Amino acid sequence: MNSTPNASWHTRFTAVFARPWLGVLSRSMAAILGGYALAATCAMFFAVALPIARGQAVLTGMLVAIALCACAALWAFATRTALRAWVGILMPTALFWLGTAVMRAGA
Amino acid sequence: MKNGFRQSMAWLHTWTGLLVGWLLLLIFMAGTASYYREEISRWMRPELPRSTVDADVAAERAITFLQHKAPQAESWNVSLPDPRNPAMRMFWRNPESMVKPPAEGEKRRRRGGGRFGDATVDPNSGQEVAARETRGGDFFYRLHFDLHYIPVLWARYLVGFCAMFMLVAIITGVITHKKIFKDFFTFRKDKGLRSWLDFHNVSAVMALPYHAMITYTGIVTLMFMYLPWGVSVAYPKDEDAFFSEAFARLADIDTPSEGRAVALPIQQLLDSARAEWKGADVGGFTLYHPGAANAVIDIQQRDGKRLSVDTPSLRYNAVTGALLEASPAAGGATQTRGVMYGLHLARFADWGLRALFFLSGLVGCLMVASGVVLWAVKERPKHAKSGKIGFGLRLVDALNIGAVAGLPIAFAAYFWGNRLLPLQMAERSTAEADVFFYAWGAALLAAFIWPKRMMWAWQLYLGAALFALIPVVNALTTHAHLGVTLRSGDWVLAGFDLTMLAFGAMLAYCGLRMQRWQPALSAAGKKRQAAAKAQQHAGAEVGA
Repeated sequence: MNSTPNASWHTRFTAVFARPWLGVLSRSMAAILGGYALAATCAMFFAVALPIARGQAVLTGMLVAIALCACAALWAFATRTALRAWVGILMPTALFWLGTAVMRAGA
Repeated sequence: MKNGFRQSMAWLHTWTGLLVGWLLLLIFMAGTASYYREEISRWMRPELPRSTVDADVAAERAITFLQHKAPQAESWNVSLPDPRNPAMRMFWRNPESMVKPPAEGEKRRRRGGGRFGDATVDPNSGQEVAARETRGGDFFYRLHFDLHYIPVLWARYLVGFCAMFMLVAIITGVITHKKIFKDFFTFRKDKGLRSWLDFHNVSAVMALPYHAMITYTGIVTLMFMYLPWGVSVAYPKDEDAFFSEAFARLADIDTPSEGRAVALPIQQLLDSARAEWKGADVGGFTLYHPGAANAVIDIQQRDGKRLSVDTPSLRYNAVTGALLEASPAAGGATQTRGVMYGLHLARFADWGLRALFFLSGLVGCLMVASGVVLWAVKERPKHAKSGKIGFGLRLVDALNIGAVAGLPIAFAAYFWGNRLLPLQMAERSTAEADVFFYAWGAALLAAFIWPKRMMWAWQLYLGAALFALIPVVNALTTHAHLGVTLRSGDWVLAGFDLTMLAFGAMLAYCGLRMQRWQPALSAAGKKRQAAAKAQQHAGAEVGA
């Protein structure tokens, strides 16, 4: 048994993700919900950040977001652990979100 | 996730494909049929005359019809006949004062009492078409993305979800292949699992550009619904502004009508538009404030000659004939989206290209069908070892039979319904759609009760018989049968009947293969059989 509470939390956390069916469930959630969140924030970011006409930027964002959503699903099942799948999808989502907020505040 | 990238992708391919496969097959089949939406509609309304009159004469008759039918309307919209569709579709917008509130206990307003009215007019007579009530090919077009019986919004989200799974399945399917080029030329006949795998590969790889294009562009057609976030961020106050800005449309007309005046002859207005477009043809027009002094007409170019669905239009003063406005040039992203949308609908395709799209769609159906069957073929040996067919495999078997063999039955039944339901029956077009789902439901039910190999054969044979007999039923119930259409060279109607015969023959062949099919023996099975033979032999010797 690990004596430090921090490490035991960590072991327990990874143990949960080590169960095969939970891993699949978690990755599926990452692919479907995370993938959609990534696509949505990507569309938002492109809509406000691209230096072209506003309407064209919105459309470009949507067209790119669809492809990105499919890539997110691939990523979710390609990574070594389910945790990485989540991090790899939620990180860019957060960045897109932040970027959108910054661009809107600046506008 | 698994031991290696390719294995993970193979796993993902299997499950994304299987989970939505059956609904995807329905979507694929309905979409493939929709390439011939107008032709199917024509076949399903055999009463419609074939000859089409000149566009100018048709427009003239449309105006006369609307002057009688909807003189009070705020605007009239007319789609002129074209070679594929001999009838004119038109709708009009009633003023707010004319709109009747929905009657007691009715959720929706009755037809004709609402804000919009519509009619289908025969340009030969200038009267509403006297044809049987049917949705024709439009049923398949709507089924493709609106499904049926469930709210449209839910259906479109569901279809989008399936399309995304399909896109993932296509990408992972490509990744899974080490030798995508070689696989294209590989077909190992009569080898059980191998043959199914090769067939799935060939059908997928052969039309791969088509599959990828049709899936991605399919999502693009409904992307404003799936991803509204960009619009709401960039246009927080006014989302309509986005559509008028991005789509280079003419401004909305919201001025009230003023005074009375006689508009210029429609022919003259259409001619000015043709001259402005240097000969490009007119597809239809919208007349605002008909009969008023400030009447305005928007003339739309015919789609079908360009890849994009966004067609340019011109706005004229309908009384003086002065050109008021032309739709501005569209931006790059708008054009990209327009072309993608256009590629999905394939309205630009002439008969040869249309046939190629249709065949690619059929290959897509075969790809989905062979994919779900492949899963069951792969799974079976595991169950055979334990001597019991598990729940999962039984479920997949039943769904496979009900979808792959059952859906053709439903499609054929829909056409039978069109010919056999009483012509004067109330809600006839709804009844036709019900026939489709009753037939499919029965096939699914039978498949669930007895999901065995002979059920495959029976359902395929039934589908074959239903398809092959369509020309016969047609000949018995109408005057637009092969004996007439072949002689008069009406290739749309004759082609429909002949295609039905071809489908019947193909399904019969599949049924025959299914009936005669012998399960391939595994290595262990062969050994067992050899041992049994040897034992028998030994037994015979001892007996002698």
